[in-house]
Amino acid sequence: MNFAVLQFPGSNCDQDVVHVVRNVVGHSARLLWHKEASLGAVDAVVVPGGFSYGDYLRTGAIARFSPVMQAVQEFAANGGLVLGICNGFQILCEAGLLPGALVRNRSLQFRCENIFLKTATADSPFTKLIPPDKVMRVPIAHGEGCYFADEQTLAELKSNNQILWRYVDAQGEATETANPNGSLDNIAGICNEARNVAGLMPHPERASEPVLGCADGRLVFESMIHALRERGVEKAA
Amino acid sequence: MHRASDGKLRSSMKAKIIITPKKAVLDPQGKTVASALAHIGYAGIGDVRVGKYIEIELTGVDKESAWKQIDEACHKILSNPVIEDYRFEIE
Repeated sequence: MNFAVLQFPGSNCDQDVVHVVRNVVGHSARLLWHKEASLGAVDAVVVPGGFSYGDYLRTGAIARFSPVMQAVQEFAANGGLVLGICNGFQILCEAGLLPGALVRNRSLQFRCENIFLKTATADSPFTKLIPPDKVMRVPIAHGEGCYFADEQTLAELKSNNQILWRYVDAQGEATETANPNGSLDNIAGICNEARNVAGLMPHPERASEPVLGCADGRLVFESMIHALRERGVEKAA
Repeated sequence: MHRASDGKLRSSMKAKIIITPKKAVLDPQGKTVASALAHIGYAGIGDVRVGKYIEIELTGVDKESAWKQIDEACHKILSNPVIEDYRFEIE
């Protein structure tokens, strides 16, 4: 499989994603500069974390107008798999590829710590291989991760089964104290209605190898590869 | 007034844009400021919302098209309609 990892001025998790795709799950990955107007031959796109354009104006607000994001819009409209992590999630929301928005953490503090996540549905290319009861330990690092959507949007997310991950405690309960940023309904990640675009605030790429203390995040990338294989995309050398 | 590249005199205008978080959106900054104001001893402090103020200089456009442009820009990029309201004046 060929993964494209976008690179904006201020991206800082791009190399981590490339490392995981290449060296942990064994597929090909290349970086794509924000000025590129075409994605080339890719099977999946990852919009990585960081502080694109210095988070000026709002997180992700400027990045969404970059040439590469116009190509991502087209790729997503044609059913291509797109995963946004942290700042990537914020960019996808700003771009309208995902509903809602990420606002300032309720605590007003930048939170950088390990949290627990539970997968709400295996019915997506991003969660297919994650056991439903599994409590995943994955780090977060953000100041604007509080997920907000109006009541109608939230109701649609629920009825369409678009909530993919929730913040939980070690026992797997979505409690208020397990919510690190004030997100509605403990939402940590969602997908679009067509289920080919997803975003999450936690960093699965920082928790994909035992040497880093936890390898739970790897399941997200393996799920994507599994989904691509089901679509008939062959493994690239 | 300023002289444009074609040598003609054009009036310059300024758009003053105020962006605030929507009522339904939690504004922890506003809440913190409200409790600080009350703590310092100011009486009668109610709800506080913290937003943004943007000034944009405009030259070589008439007021009507300036208004249209700014309104579009506010909707498209300067604010996020999911979480923010905006209002502006042009002078």
